[in-house]
Amino acid sequence: MSTTIISLPDQSTARVPKVNYLTKENGLLSWLLTGDHKRIAMLYLISISFFFFIGGALAGLIRLELLTPQSDLMATDTYNKVFSMHGIIMIFFFLVPSVPATLGNFFIPMMLGAKDLALPKVNLLSWYLYVAAGILALYAMSTGGVDTGWTFTTPLSTHYVNTNVITTGLAIFIAGFSSIFTGLNFIVTIHKMRAPGMTWFRMPLFVWAHYAASILMVLGTPVLAIALVLVVLERTVGIGVFDPAKGGDPLLFQHLFWFYSHPAVYIMILPGMGVINEVISTFSRKRVFGYTAVAFSSVAIAVFGFFVWAHHMFIMGVSNYAVLVFSLLTMLVAVPSAIKIFNWAFTLYKGSITFETPMLYSFGFMGLFTIGGLTGVFLGTSGTDIHLTETYFIVAHFHFVMVGGMLMAFLAGLHFWWPKMTGRMYPEKISQLAAVVTFIGFNFTFFPQFVLGTLGMPRRYASYPPEFQILNVFSTAGATILGVGYLLPVLYLTWSLKYGEIAGNNPWQATGLEWQTQSPPLTENFIETPIMDHEAYDYEWLERQKEKEVASVG
Amino acid sequence: MSDSPVITQGALEAAHHEHPPYQRHHFETIGQQNDATNFAMWLFLLTEIMFFGGLFTAYLIYRNWYYPAFVAASHQLNIVWGSANTAVLISSSFTMAMGVWCAETRRKSGLVLALVLTFLLGLVFLGIKTIEYSEKIEKHHVPGFHYSIQSFVNPASDPVAAAYGDKPLALDMAGKTELYFFLYFAMTGMHALHMIIGIAILGYMIFRARAGAYTSGHVTFVENFGLYWHFVDIVWIFLFPLLYLISRHQ
Repeated sequence: MSTTIISLPDQSTARVPKVNYLTKENGLLSWLLTGDHKRIAMLYLISISFFFFIGGALAGLIRLELLTPQSDLMATDTYNKVFSMHGIIMIFFFLVPSVPATLGNFFIPMMLGAKDLALPKVNLLSWYLYVAAGILALYAMSTGGVDTGWTFTTPLSTHYVNTNVITTGLAIFIAGFSSIFTGLNFIVTIHKMRAPGMTWFRMPLFVWAHYAASILMVLGTPVLAIALVLVVLERTVGIGVFDPAKGGDPLLFQHLFWFYSHPAVYIMILPGMGVINEVISTFSRKRVFGYTAVAFSSVAIAVFGFFVWAHHMFIMGVSNYAVLVFSLLTMLVAVPSAIKIFNWAFTLYKGSITFETPMLYSFGFMGLFTIGGLTGVFLGTSGTDIHLTETYFIVAHFHFVMVGGMLMAFLAGLHFWWPKMTGRMYPEKISQLAAVVTFIGFNFTFFPQFVLGTLGMPRRYASYPPEFQILNVFSTAGATILGVGYLLPVLYLTWSLKYGEIAGNNPWQATGLEWQTQSPPLTENFIETPIMDHEAYDYEWLERQKEKEVASVG
Repeated sequence: MSDSPVITQGALEAAHHEHPPYQRHHFETIGQQNDATNFAMWLFLLTEIMFFGGLFTAYLIYRNWYYPAFVAASHQLNIVWGSANTAVLISSSFTMAMGVWCAETRRKSGLVLALVLTFLLGLVFLGIKTIEYSEKIEKHHVPGFHYSIQSFVNPASDPVAAAYGDKPLALDMAGKTELYFFLYFAMTGMHALHMIIGIAILGYMIFRARAGAYTSGHVTFVENFGLYWHFVDIVWIFLFPLLYLISRHQ
């Protein structure tokens, strides 16, 4: 029994193809004016990594401050700004674009057998909007920051604080349009750009997951945009729409904001789930169990996701009946999520499992996402929510889903497709180590926070009662380990660009169309338009392909 | 006889590889390109609906809460100008539709004329809107800028309110008229902003149409802009009754 499925070409003779999307044109302008979805994906990859490390540095400051019960590293006002900017940067500038704008951008056209996304110029525009928004956010941060939390809760954001709410709001408004354009592009591409034979139910589940996420981006983000416009108008002109003194209602802001921001968590997690499908299937050599159910569960999450927003507002004065209904609907979201987890487990069952790095990250995802998801049910239940909301329990819950889930999935996908994107393998052993370090560091950081939350430690305070210190020390120590876990990939992935082994077309022996072309791909992706004549994840088809290759060489 | 199928085959292939200059490289056929861009435009309009949807929601809620204030405040809108603007906008949609038809049937001068007319009607709409806005400014009905509730606590002092026979509102309810005017300005302002963007694009299109850009078979841009223009028109078709009409006789 083999312990790996990696099959690389003979390193002494193999070369990275001379002509590929990276080498086709040279010079900075050829990148800045490119229409190629693969180049734009790389631009995005660099920019979101940059923002991830800014957000990560802010997280480090938060954990350092919380090492001791007093507020001693920074003033309490500064602490408010640090956690606000951490949330804003991580959510709008890392998590929302993370998988869709990089891996989705790169691989959706390839998986569909298309030459590019339907609207290449709009794709490039979306990156420029992202960069403009990012610069504006950094400007806001460096000229005083914002301290409303990432939620811009009214009336705090409109009447009480005197920080850069307007600049930051505009930055997110612009970043929102970047996200809308990405989602719009994906939907059009998936509808109109599929290769011959690529029916809806032959698409990889990665594409289905992105389709669902794109629906959310297109329908949800404009509502956030108008909510932020109203906040800016309320601050500048004093229009009164969120001002109780003039008859407005601050809760209206919450409704509009969470109408986007709850679906936004599915924008963040669904593409990650898409990655897990590809990885689990490839490294257990089996078709994803219950393909159709998994495909529809993505769409179901997108649909249900629009009808649960008020569970963020249980303690904010919505009516008891609304709480009842939204609590019930929230439970419903657990169903399609569980469908996915169970189907992945069944995919593993009797599969030929190997433990390459992407698979390790995926296992991390499955475990941590399950914990994060189940604690979400605690919070969806109004009785426990009233006790747990605004405590560290909530912080731990969404970090389990977002960091333990989405970030693990992002790293799984990045390692999985790295050979295709760059033509070179990452070093296997050290990356397996990084995956394990990340997992351990993550649990050390965030598991204590569940306990802290249950004990009643509130979120968003720089100081806390001394009896909570031991768990906070654990959490800070874990964050240090986690930081190492995130630095390692940056180092060895950069190293691998030059020194990594030559990957060849299909190092994992995976079935997707993206693996049936050279690595790194040509600008046009395929020499001629591929014809899809088999189901997704059809490993028998792949075997037959290989037999034919051998026959023709012989 | 035996050669002819081969020739046909070759001709077909030549036809297949011969793309019109406006076909982007990543599309297989021009039909696919048109389908994709049209579909993208519809999706974009969907996001616009969601964008305006936030404002309509706010309107719905506050109208229910502060019904008397909304009735009294809506009496202040000028129905003559509002109706005129509706007529102007519907006419502009007609001229725009004519423009799309001219582009499809390759009538260059017809297209330029239609676009110019649409452009002018758009400007007329904005002009009338300016008159209406300046009326509001004169009466201090602009929320946030020295807003005055005089017309609502003392309707007899205001000729418009007096003409409707409005009853004086209690002080706190009269204050809520500011919300109505905010929603009025936000919704019509956002609509006007879309008009301004549309007019700017129209200007560019007139310039390009005179050079014959849209009458050589590539009409997607005109078509998609037409969709946008009609969408902006339809937004007004909802705004006009909600803001001007439904409280006329109360």
